[in-house]
Amino acid sequence: MSKTLIAGLDRLPGVDKVGLEARAAQLASRSIKTTSKQWAIDLAISMVDLTTLEGADSPGKVRALAAKALRPDPTDPSCPRAAAVCVYGDMAGYVREVVGDQVHVAAVATAFPSGRASLEVKLADTAAAVENGADEIDMVIDRGAFLSGDLATVHDQIVAVKEACGSAHLKVILETGELQTYDNVRRASWLAMDAGADFIKTSTGKIQPAATLPVTLLMLEAVRDYRIATGRQVGVKPAGGIRTTKDAIKYLVVVNEIAGEDWLDPDWFRFGASSLLNDLLMQRQKMLTGRYSGPDYVTLD
Amino acid sequence: MPKFEYAPAPESRSIVDLAASYGLFIDGEFTDGGGTSFKTVNPATEEVLAEVAEADEADVDRAVRAARTAYEKVWGPMPGRERAKYLFRIARILAERSREFAVLETLDNGKPIRESRDVDVPLVSQWFFYHAGWADKLDHAGLGPNPRPLGVAAQVIPWNFPLLMLAWKVAPALAAGNTVVLKPAETTPLTALLFADVCRQAELPAGVVNIVTGAGETGRLLVSHPDVNKVAFTGSTPVGREIARTVAGTDKHLTLELGGKAANIVFEDAPMDQAIEGIVRGIFFNQGHVCCAGSRLLVQESVAEEVLERLKARMATLRLGDPLDKNTDVGAINSAEQLGRIRDLAAAGDEEGATRWSAPCELPDRGFWYAPTIFTGVTQAHRIAREEIFGPVLSVLTFRTPAEAVEKANNTPFGLSAGVWTEKGSRILAIADQLRAGVVWANTFNQFDPASPFGGYKESGYGREGGRHGLASYLEGSK
Repeated sequence: MSKTLIAGLDRLPGVDKVGLEARAAQLASRSIKTTSKQWAIDLAISMVDLTTLEGADSPGKVRALAAKALRPDPTDPSCPRAAAVCVYGDMAGYVREVVGDQVHVAAVATAFPSGRASLEVKLADTAAAVENGADEIDMVIDRGAFLSGDLATVHDQIVAVKEACGSAHLKVILETGELQTYDNVRRASWLAMDAGADFIKTSTGKIQPAATLPVTLLMLEAVRDYRIATGRQVGVKPAGGIRTTKDAIKYLVVVNEIAGEDWLDPDWFRFGASSLLNDLLMQRQKMLTGRYSGPDYVTLD
Repeated sequence: MPKFEYAPAPESRSIVDLAASYGLFIDGEFTDGGGTSFKTVNPATEEVLAEVAEADEADVDRAVRAARTAYEKVWGPMPGRERAKYLFRIARILAERSREFAVLETLDNGKPIRESRDVDVPLVSQWFFYHAGWADKLDHAGLGPNPRPLGVAAQVIPWNFPLLMLAWKVAPALAAGNTVVLKPAETTPLTALLFADVCRQAELPAGVVNIVTGAGETGRLLVSHPDVNKVAFTGSTPVGREIARTVAGTDKHLTLELGGKAANIVFEDAPMDQAIEGIVRGIFFNQGHVCCAGSRLLVQESVAEEVLERLKARMATLRLGDPLDKNTDVGAINSAEQLGRIRDLAAAGDEEGATRWSAPCELPDRGFWYAPTIFTGVTQAHRIAREEIFGPVLSVLTFRTPAEAVEKANNTPFGLSAGVWTEKGSRILAIADQLRAGVVWANTFNQFDPASPFGGYKESGYGREGGRHGLASYLEGSK
């Protein structure tokens, strides 16, 4: 990584915490009703990366999840598909068997979630996931290197992983909960985009706080500014802690008003979530039938 | 791909019981006025909301006498801790009835419900809570032991924050032991009259708060009444000057909160996205009907182009329209008269060679509307850089060095507020120290707090409201 890039990162405008959080709170107070809500729920469903990242994941469990991504609401064929299923790399093949090419297969790689391994191991992890059928790789950055100021290492590792991805899309997880400051989040976002990330993602879901509205707003500002500066569009994926339809719609409002409607598309915005989908489905049923059903009217996984 | 259209989300107006006509509130009772009654309209639709009484000389005299009696017999002698109970009760009732007040304020003023609901009414309640806390602690206001109230306060308030300005005036006056006669603006009297109802609900002794409605003449009668001890006015500089002349030579105390032409200074190292928000909040909050609005943007030349591009993109997302819609950002101009004034001054900007750009929003067919507008290429010599427009119109100027920024910011007959945007803490302190303005906001704008004194330099008036300083202007030190 060149010195000029590092100098460029230092010249990024600062972030005022109070102002950023106030803006997020203001956008969260938008009132969304009826037709817009219906539309937003369907859009949110089509943006879900249905995720399971447990040590106990088994082929049976991820197959079931993959089936759900294809048919989120078995009683209603008009319900859109989820965007992708996100699993550990060794599970990607089982997902692919089920979904074919109808849903993306995302795999976490690069010694997820800590990222503490040699570059060789990270690259091998990535290559194995791609070989297993993943067409999207979710990598974690080396937060230790980032926080110690060694931006070059972070940058070069992303470049190397991007190469190992081949034609697969690369989502770079910043783990914003560990970066601590908003200035760091903005710097890491630009670093990742410059190194070739197709998506920037907030969190692994293993660290608290995970995705927050202000952090996502900030990353949306970064992708908006990056496109103005370079012409290249990068996606954003908040992950972890987004559980309700109400929350998901707040995120969509922020996408619309910060980055713009170009990002209101599963190609450019995703939710990393496991339990969000069921709430979206229950709200969807409520909108269509006028009645609340209950957790037994949506599938378990 | 469909665009994200927010469906309309109108707040119900059924929570407000609008009467066909309103009287004056004198000595705890609603009574007819002796003058010619007038109509108040909803500026968003031009619909007549109600007919309001006009107070003539006899009415004003009655109101002042009621206030005098209440001051001498009840409110003045009452221990501070007892007065506090009434103020706390008023604050609580205002909080309980906040939705009703927010809707009525939006109907009468034209401001978006988002602002009346989230800014005005909560602040109003806070103002009463804060001053209730002071009522039994006046010995600690910095005026020595046992400071005394002044007596009867004549208070005249403007139409931009009808209820909030009422709170700024009434709460400290009552906490200090004064009684008041208040005249709201003729275009926005309704929330003050609803406040009269709150006073009755709180069982405030009769005559402590009196509300007389009417236009300029009623105000003139009130401030020139010989039995008034204190005059407090918020409004335009020309009217403030006239009041100062009226009061001159009498022993009346006077506080004036007048116009402004605040500089909002953006340095090249500013937190850019938040600065854009601050510029928007500074000038488009409440349709720019804010005396401390950041109506002159001073931006460092090195980032001027970037700031303007970002500002225009942001302005394009502002939602203008029905003020009762919860998603509306920019509401209606308060009156046809004010709309005309904004148009005239903006036309002067065109004539003097500044470049106009307005946000691409559709204006409703009925009501008084003005699209958020910026003028670039403005210099200190332009009228739009010197005169207060009091509308959603921003003049953009540039500077090269901090010294030049300070020089330009101070080169105005006004001095109410200013803003500084920079990530460098030492610069904030250095610049704030040199700006001749009553309030300087750093990396924020248009923030109000009952504990923070507010007031102006030069033609922006004198005296302070809020905090210990505001309280002091309703008290006399022990002699």
